[in-house]
Formats: sequence, structure tokens, C-alpha cells
Amino acid sequence: MSRRVVITGMGVVSPNGIGLPAFLNALQNGTSGIKFMPLYEELKFSCHVAGMPDFVWDELRDYISEVSFYGLKARGVAYGIRAALDAWDDAGHQRETDEPHWDTGCIFGNSIADTEAMKNVIAKVDHKEAKKLGSRVVEQAMNSGVTSYITGRLGLANKSITNSAACATGTQSILMGYEYIKHGYATRMLVGSTEHVDTYVFGAFDSMRVLSRKYNDQPEKASRPMSATAAGFVPGSGAAAFVLEDLEYALARGARIYAEILGGATNSGGQRGGGSMTAPNPTGVTRCIVDAVKAAGIDPLQVDTVSGHLTATLADKLELQNWMTGLNRTKENFPLTNSLKSMIGHSLSAAGSIESVASVLQIVHGFVHPNINLEDPNPEIIELVGEKSLPTSMVKKEINIAAKANFGFGDVNACLIFAKFKN
Amino acid sequence: MTRQEILDELKKVLNPYTTDKEALAGITEDTDLIKDLKINSANLVDIIIDAESKYDIEIDYDSADRMTNVGSCIDVISEKMGQA
Repeated sequence: MSRRVVITGMGVVSPNGIGLPAFLNALQNGTSGIKFMPLYEELKFSCHVAGMPDFVWDELRDYISEVSFYGLKARGVAYGIRAALDAWDDAGHQRETDEPHWDTGCIFGNSIADTEAMKNVIAKVDHKEAKKLGSRVVEQAMNSGVTSYITGRLGLANKSITNSAACATGTQSILMGYEYIKHGYATRMLVGSTEHVDTYVFGAFDSMRVLSRKYNDQPEKASRPMSATAAGFVPGSGAAAFVLEDLEYALARGARIYAEILGGATNSGGQRGGGSMTAPNPTGVTRCIVDAVKAAGIDPLQVDTVSGHLTATLADKLELQNWMTGLNRTKENFPLTNSLKSMIGHSLSAAGSIESVASVLQIVHGFVHPNINLEDPNPEIIELVGEKSLPTSMVKKEINIAAKANFGFGDVNACLIFAKFKN
Repeated sequence: MTRQEILDELKKVLNPYTTDKEALAGITEDTDLIKDLKINSANLVDIIIDAESKYDIEIDYDSADRMTNVGSCIDVISEKMGQA
């Protein structure tokens, strides 16, 4: 039997706000979380700005045991633990359990295990000091580190998967958790993704010449999706998590329900037809959107708002064209569309989950958040979708259905359809 | 260093690896690291590394295997300090 899946808890560690109240406030006011990074200037990167959460490391003591805290260094793992436990608390679930939760699984994503941890391994091994590495390195250098910390802390004992699909990771992780409950394998799934863009990952992107470099002296202006002056993305760090539950289970326990996931889709453009390692095949993208809408059982014209991938590169216009085709729209009825990246940059694997929290908050509170740094929209984009569909200040509006998609290296696409919960 | 002095110092080395602070405060030479202090067996290697740097000694594999309770830890540490 096919089940309905609802969202009962959310947690977020975003460059422009940690925790739901701060993040909501930042979304509604268009607050940027992009900061100047003196180290990046020193390292001779082209881009000297990044989206960094104001993360207070010591607050992690409220999330994990003292023994676990001691020796934890991986920032991506830390962001993920905080977002996941905040979501769990937010759903009203208890952290402590002696019996494993056999009915509850976890799908958490990341791009790369902690490279700072790996740097330590490489340095010690090369200095013939492997013996001094200790027991805490492997768990932070392995890709499944973040998932393992979360499942261990909460006793989650159903499917435990670490997902990685570049910039589509977060969206895809949520979809995988949704499908698992829908098909009856689990009652609850804790899903999400994390990313810490450290100097090594940042440097690799910097070298590709895809990062914003003209606004180093005005960090808050550096991320400019869809603008005429968009010239590359700003890397960001953070995490977000969701507690997904089988509707009947959620209703039986009287849970607060934020929204329902109606469906979604994930595919690849096969790196054909214009697609490559770094560029999406437009046919793959439109098929993904069409399939998500179909899986959700809605008419594409019912979509009230779109949260795009929209990173501030040449691909922005192509993406909007793909949404237009996928949702069967014209310039006249193109849905209100925004890019959270204008405020927080592109947090790679974490992007999909942080942006999904924004989509759900828009449904819950009835608004569409602004695109900041869009005072000079790209004329070709305006010609395509019209000025009114790209809000530059918050629009108060009832949102029944929100579409969210992300597209990643490897020509991977993932699209989700969120809806206001109606029983 | 007397055995008591080493024991007092050892408490500081063990501190980050146990949440049972009461048991740690009351350790004797018979206290078992895993059973009594609930230390994760994987962390024994970290305790050895910390002890090596604290006392500036080197603890070989065979000696490390003996370090299961407080008394045997003190044995190994004082032995190695004597060698230095």
C-alpha cells in the first residue's frame, strides 16, 4: 500500500541563520550570510568571500556526549549533527533510547569527508607518525561519518545510507527517505545533508574559474543569481535536516505537520545532448521536473512557487527555460521563482536540504522570499520569464504547492514537490 | 614519581574518555578501564597516545595490551619512565 509522507521536524544550520526562527527571519528580510574570508585572500584565491554559518563550536556539547565531543574536529559532521538533532527535537521525539529504533532510518548526504582530517592523516603518515593518529580519525575521514554520528546518537536502526550526488545530494536524500516510507519500509526517516567547504575544496572550485570574484570588497553583493552582473557562484557551508513520517503514524501521535511531500523524481541527463560532467542536459532536467509533477499527481499549473538551483552562472537562463518547459508555462504565467543562493551562496551538497527548509517555511508562513542582488536582472532572463516572477522583496501569498530542484556535477537532477498538508 | 602521583595524573588523561565522573574520581589500582569507567575500547589507543605525549615515553604494543586497569597502566608508565 502506498503511504502519504509528511514533514514533522526541521533543523537548519545556514550561513544566514542557525535554527528555524533565525533562518525564517533572514529569509523574510533577505539577509545575506556571505562574509569576507581574509584567509582566501592570503591563499591567492580569486574569490575571497563565502557563506559561513556563525557556528559556535562549544554549543555542540548540548548535542553529543563529552567523550564524543572531545576529538571531534570535522565541521561538516558537526553541522549535520546539529541540524539532525534540532529536527528530531522539533518533531517532538526523544533523543535518549535504550532500544534501537528499528522503524526509523537515516539518509544523510555530503560531498566529501573532512579534508582537514585527511590532511592530518597525510601529514602524520608522511612524517612516519601514523601511530599517533589515534582512534577518532577514521570516523571523521569516512564519507559515512556524519550519518554514523547521527544514527548512533539517536539509536536509528532502520536503513542507514550516506548519499552523494554533488549539488543534487540534499534534494535526492529527501526524496530517498520519502520513497522509503511511501513504500512501507520505515515509519520515520531522518534525512538531510551537510557541507563544509574548507580551503581545499574551495581552492579546487576557485581553479575552475566558476566562482564570483568581482565583489570581494562587498561580500553581501557577491552572490547574484539571474542578474546581468552574475559571474560565478559563492561557495557556502551548512546543513539541514528533516524528520519525515508516515502520515498515519504522525496523526496517531498528534504531531505538528509542516507540509506533505507529494512526490519527486531524480535522474541524470546521461552527459549527452548538451549535458557533461559539469553541465546539465536540458532534456534530462525537464524530464525530471515533469516526472516529479507526475509522481506528485498534480497539474503543473498548480505549482505556486519554484525554488531554483540558480547559482549565478550562465546556466541560470537555461534552467529557467527548463522550468518553463517542465511546468508548461509561458512568460505570462511563470510561477514566482527565487534562489536562496542570493543570500547564502551555494552550499553544494547541503544546498538542496537548506533550500528545501526555505520552501517548506514559505508554505507554512505564506510567503515567497526575495531574490537579493537582483537590482540589475539579466535582460534575456526578463525577456524569458518576466520581471514579476522574480520577486526582489518578500511577497505575502498563500503557497499550496512548491517545487524545488537541484542539479549537480555528473549531470544529476533531483526535484521535489512540497504541499500544504490537507487531510 | 610515586604510584599515587602517577594515578592522580592518569585521572586527567582518562577524563575526556569517560562520562562517569564519579567513578573516575574514586579510581583505585583495581579500577578496570572498560568495565568500571565504561571507556569505549577503541579509545584505549587514544589514552595510550595521550600518555605517551604526557610522560614523553613510548609504549610498545605488548605493553599497551597490558593496560587494562589503573594498576597495570601505572606499572607500564613507571616502567617506561624508568627506562627513559
